[in-house]
Amino acid sequence: MPTFTDATLHRWLVASRVLAAAVGGYALTSAATVLLALIWPVPQAQAIVFAALMSFVLYAGVIIWVFAVKHLRTVWLGLTAATVLCSGLAWLLLPGGAP
Amino acid sequence: MQACNNPLGTKPALQSLYEVVNSVMKEGFRQSMAWLHTWSGLVVGWVLFFVFVTGTAGYFTYEITRWMQPERPLQGTAPQYDQGRLATMALDRLEQVAPHAEFWSITLPHQSLGTRQLEDFSISWETMPLEGHEHGTRGSEKLDPATGGLRTDVEPRETGGGNLLYRMHYALHYIDYPIAFRIVGVCTMLMLLAIITGVITHKKIFKDFFTFRPGKGQRSWLDAHNVISVMALPFFLMITYSGLMFFYTDYMPAGIAAIYGTDDKAGERFFKELFGEHSHEAVSRPKAPVTEMIARAESAWGQGEVRSVLVMHDGGEEPFVDISRVYRDKLRWFKGDVMRFHAHTGAPLPPEEDDNAAVRTTQTLFALHEGRFAEPWLRWLYFVAGLLGCGMIGTGLVLWTVKRRKHHGASGAGIGNRLVEALNIATIAGLPAGVAAYFWANRLLPVEIADRASWEANFLFLLWGETLLYAFFRDTRKAWVELLGLAAAAFALLPVVNALTTDRHLGITLPAGDWVLAGFDLTMLGLGAAFAYMAVKVNRIWLKKAAAVETGNRALLAGGVA
Repeated sequence: MPTFTDATLHRWLVASRVLAAAVGGYALTSAATVLLALIWPVPQAQAIVFAALMSFVLYAGVIIWVFAVKHLRTVWLGLTAATVLCSGLAWLLLPGGAP
Repeated sequence: MQACNNPLGTKPALQSLYEVVNSVMKEGFRQSMAWLHTWSGLVVGWVLFFVFVTGTAGYFTYEITRWMQPERPLQGTAPQYDQGRLATMALDRLEQVAPHAEFWSITLPHQSLGTRQLEDFSISWETMPLEGHEHGTRGSEKLDPATGGLRTDVEPRETGGGNLLYRMHYALHYIDYPIAFRIVGVCTMLMLLAIITGVITHKKIFKDFFTFRPGKGQRSWLDAHNVISVMALPFFLMITYSGLMFFYTDYMPAGIAAIYGTDDKAGERFFKELFGEHSHEAVSRPKAPVTEMIARAESAWGQGEVRSVLVMHDGGEEPFVDISRVYRDKLRWFKGDVMRFHAHTGAPLPPEEDDNAAVRTTQTLFALHEGRFAEPWLRWLYFVAGLLGCGMIGTGLVLWTVKRRKHHGASGAGIGNRLVEALNIATIAGLPAGVAAYFWANRLLPVEIADRASWEANFLFLLWGETLLYAFFRDTRKAWVELLGLAAAAFALLPVVNALTTDRHLGITLPAGDWVLAGFDLTMLGLGAAFAYMAVKVNRIWLKKAAAVETGNRALLAGGVA
């Protein structure tokens, strides 16, 4: 395929990974932060602060993971699964969240 | 490979497979981290350099502002006043101007560490909120210690001062605040990432710390980048992480949105719960004598140790008067000693409980970031650490181009490299020159010109933009040397400009022992010397190289001819 060279493919793969890290990583971090804020055993407002305090190192960790994993499919699947898991648990714990 | 064909082969084969995979994984990991380090650093490097330059200047905000207002008097020692008498006069004034207030606050004249200057005699208040409003309006006045009436000072020139420089490091300039601090946020997050991946990439972090091989091109730049980065690593981590925390409600709003809702009042509900705010009742003049409370505080802390008086009445509680001690070099400097008295009986009351753990944690982080608690020597250490930050980002940016120059040759570089190179020159040499231009404008712009403060800032960015154009069209090597020279001259000549335009120059400030004003001029001379050194150094290295290339060319030519 002359139009779809290795270089172009490589660029798309890198772009996909950057997107996964920036946007997917942020989504996962947000979900995890909500979950942390709900389970941290201190008064609610304080738990928000501590969860936020953890969130930036968590985000950095997720980004590093995204770039360390070999297959892009693992990256997107992993991010999606973890985000769904965290948001699901958070939703169950939220007052008035679970039915 | 035998091991690949037979994964369940003999133990040594399995062992060696494991080792191979392990080392490949490790190298692969380190390589991807190096990639991440390079790119996360490069794309935000210039913004971060700007943030570090203006933020580092911010450690001397008050000192810079004082220099930029030469109309203000030389620094003296705080005159001793009868603080009790001043407080009584201030209460008279407050009764007049703010009869229906949520609080009354009186600042007595004192030498403050928090603002590192003589605090003037002043009052401030907040009126009770009107029906349907959350807050009342705030007001303040400067009072004359002799009469208790309004004070009329010499109006200093209009200037952005150190504050505007300091503000730029998180709010940039010309850009809407909500957009600006988010841009800075993204850059800060990438910086955190660059720091972590930088440490991971670095195999021999301890050994390399003691390694510097000068005059070896790319290797030397890498060594310099390593040494600088590792030297102040804890500072960089602290400053980056606390920088992110300043805006946590905006950078990571998910928690508040999910738990407190997304309406306009959600943030307010969260903060009320976090800080445990009380409702307030209108204050009235304390029936107990405030002079006696001040005397008691002074007998405990010493003469001249009282900084302020606060009158307040929490809903459902007794009205109180807080006497606060002058701030010391405590980390949370704003939490000084306080004596609390009942406003009407004068009986001592227990002081307010300290904030909860979360509030204390954030306050500590913010205090570390701002360094306002730091006495002069520690403040200089903050300043040096900030400069090391500039050095880390600067050497990192240069390293990027040096690497590529090696691969593509000086001329073979594309427009992308050219742009990076120009941005590097303009930022590393041009931006500091722009900061100097900001100070020049302060001295040279007519005092009565309209929008004077914004014109000072315009000069900073005009010069910076100018240097970018210059660097783009001029030969790279010449541009480096010339713009470093420009920065050197711009800083070194500032004390001269100062001497020609004001009577606050070294000839006066040094004999008077005003180390704030003299220190500013001396620092400018020091910065001028530093840039001059860099200009000379770069010039020498490249002249040598250019000469070597020339000789090579001539030999080649001679060979061709022969």
